[in-house]
Amino acid sequence: MKIVTKTLEGIADIQIFPIIGLIIFFSFFVLLIIHVIRISSQDIETFSHLPLDENDHQNESSEPNL
Amino acid sequence: MELQKFTYDNRLARMFMFATILWGLVGMLVGLIIALQLIFPTMITDVAWLSFGRLRPLHTNAVIFAFVGNGMFTGIYYSTPRLLKTPMFSELLGKIHFWGWQLIIIAAAITLPLGFTVGKEYAELEWPIDIAIAAVWVVFGLNLIMTTIKRRTKHIYVAIWFYIATFVTVAVLHIVNSINIPVSFLKSYPVYAGIQDALVQWWYGHNAVAFFLTTPYLGLMYYFVPKAANRPVYSYKLSIIHFWALIFLYIWAGPHHLLYSSLPDWAQALGVVFSVMLIAPSWGGMINGLLTLRGVWDKVRESAVLKMFVVGITAYGMATFEGPLLSLKSVNALSHFTDWTIAHVHIGALGWNGMITFGMLYWLMPRLFNTKLFSEKLANTHFWLATTGMLFFAIPLYFAGFTQSLMWKEFTEEGYLKYPNLIETVVQILPMYYIRAFGGLLYISGVIIMIYNLLKTAKAGQFVATEEDQAPAMDKSLLLKDKGHRKIEGKPVLFTILALVAILIGGIVEFVPMFMVKSNVPAIASVQPYTPLELQGRDIYIREGCYNCHSQMVRPFRSEVERYGDYTKAGETVYDHPFQFGSKRTGPDLARAGVQGSLVNKPNAWHYNHFLDPQKLIPQSIMPPYPWLIRNDLNISNTPKKIRVMQQLGVPYPEGYAEKAIDDLKAQAALIAQDLRNNGIEIDDNKEVIALIAYIQRLGTDIHKSSARASGN
Repeated sequence: MKIVTKTLEGIADIQIFPIIGLIIFFSFFVLLIIHVIRISSQDIETFSHLPLDENDHQNESSEPNL
Repeated sequence: MELQKFTYDNRLARMFMFATILWGLVGMLVGLIIALQLIFPTMITDVAWLSFGRLRPLHTNAVIFAFVGNGMFTGIYYSTPRLLKTPMFSELLGKIHFWGWQLIIIAAAITLPLGFTVGKEYAELEWPIDIAIAAVWVVFGLNLIMTTIKRRTKHIYVAIWFYIATFVTVAVLHIVNSINIPVSFLKSYPVYAGIQDALVQWWYGHNAVAFFLTTPYLGLMYYFVPKAANRPVYSYKLSIIHFWALIFLYIWAGPHHLLYSSLPDWAQALGVVFSVMLIAPSWGGMINGLLTLRGVWDKVRESAVLKMFVVGITAYGMATFEGPLLSLKSVNALSHFTDWTIAHVHIGALGWNGMITFGMLYWLMPRLFNTKLFSEKLANTHFWLATTGMLFFAIPLYFAGFTQSLMWKEFTEEGYLKYPNLIETVVQILPMYYIRAFGGLLYISGVIIMIYNLLKTAKAGQFVATEEDQAPAMDKSLLLKDKGHRKIEGKPVLFTILALVAILIGGIVEFVPMFMVKSNVPAIASVQPYTPLELQGRDIYIREGCYNCHSQMVRPFRSEVERYGDYTKAGETVYDHPFQFGSKRTGPDLARAGVQGSLVNKPNAWHYNHFLDPQKLIPQSIMPPYPWLIRNDLNISNTPKKIRVMQQLGVPYPEGYAEKAIDDLKAQAALIAQDLRNNGIEIDDNKEVIALIAYIQRLGTDIHKSSARASGN
């Protein structure tokens, strides 16, 4: 990592760029995970069934729709 | 709540479906032709528009934008209305999109073989076509977003998120990378130069893979795999996390195509770090896709559709594991410029895009024509031909890649290159090229069987132009209660803007310092603009697609410096609009082709004879002959315009030089022609080959001028 930091130091204020990027990504990612964990499982069930037809809804163990 | 009745129009999906099939076959056949040209270089001689350098861009563009492009639109126009419980916003916009896209493909199929190219991989199309692409893309995006706005479902299913991200990002990538200044109707120069052009191009190139070949197909996977398996996606929560992580991380990874190049180390490091991180969201998608099939694995044995999905998703997993691996500098040192890259991309194209498309077509055709698939047996035959074809294609190329790279790097005990003559390493891997072509043949045979099977299916049934459905209108008051991500999901325009922000951050962080901080491209005083003749020669180099086989980037390795000369510096490329680093070395690197003492430096007469008949000079050579360069007169009338455009781009030709350029061009051409005549070659001063020789003899020489001056020579 020394090579990386050394090179980055050589460029004016460049070190802040990837750090800002990382902070934005990391905070967004953490918030996203918290949000996803908090979604009710009933909602998740509804969302994940959106591609399936009404009759598929009722019969989970039905045959593949080939 | 009252149910509203509405209809889905299947006509757009059908149009795109047939286009997918047609262009898929064309793109793959061109691929087979160029694979054969590598084994039989003189298979087609003296037909300029069928030469390898011109057909290879046609192959890549056809497969990416025509086959996969139409494939994604087929799936999008079929799934979007059904997921949002509403017809498409506008059938007319859909038709404009369809015909516009097909016209663009036809324009590409005509201009690329004729040599009209910008010379940047996967972004070869000239400026009028680029503008048409942007316009048609906006039509598509408008239709998609407006359909999302007038939906009846409260939640926007994850597949649509992938479609929206595709629209937004491809628009940004295409526009930023295609900013060119026109010289004429079908000739332009990119505004960026050298290493900066390379950074923009590979930011585009890498994200074309991400947002044209990956995200829309993940969207298709999230719709068609649950449909075919009749099961909801394994983990919807995972799909949310995987979506945002994927689009945020992907955009940073472009610089991994420029490892060990003259791109500053900080940018290379960013590319590597984000590429390694990409394994997580990529495998999130793969796991989600494969585990959706839980409980129906017994059916995978019989169903060709499910089998294709399984192999497609597995190939996605393989390619996205291999990608980060190839981004590690130590691995890249070995893999870059070799057939390893070609193997890698074909696992993605033949495996992931190909198989998902085929699976989707086998599922869709019977539904659109209200019948059963004509032959499940033929579909299974296709599956096996495609799978074995892919393996016969990729595995030999992996071996070819390792073998050639290791041979390039091998030294004798005395410290000399063991294979100083590049052709020895080419001959060694030639058998692998034969097996690759066989693999391609198997794969195409499967496609032909599929076409027969699908056409028979269509013939047996009756096309269902519209399908009725009903759903309650969306209760917009529910949206007001939402918070956080749920709120975003309910507002497609806001969602689009946030996706745009996510992808812009990576680009801005990489571009701003690269363009603003001078120390990233240290200036070299002795580097001068090309002479008018060299500039014309460079345009011929670009026209013939030389960059498809010859790199111009010597990496700082002992084996490369020994073979090609001093490693390439960023400051040497500042007048290169566009850059010509290349990504594959089927032939030698040419960055120092003009430097005397380099192993690739040759006299003018050698180049002349080599263009005329490469096999006469190097019997095992796999370079095709270029007799038309010797026959064709150089068009010098556009020289002043070219110089003026270059001046506009910041290339420091003296004021008013455009008017004098033709005289300088003629004087330099006369010198080279005289040298050729002195060597017994009958030639006029005004032939194209002279300009190309002038360009090649200039390559890499500038920095040597400075050392000669410094030492008083």
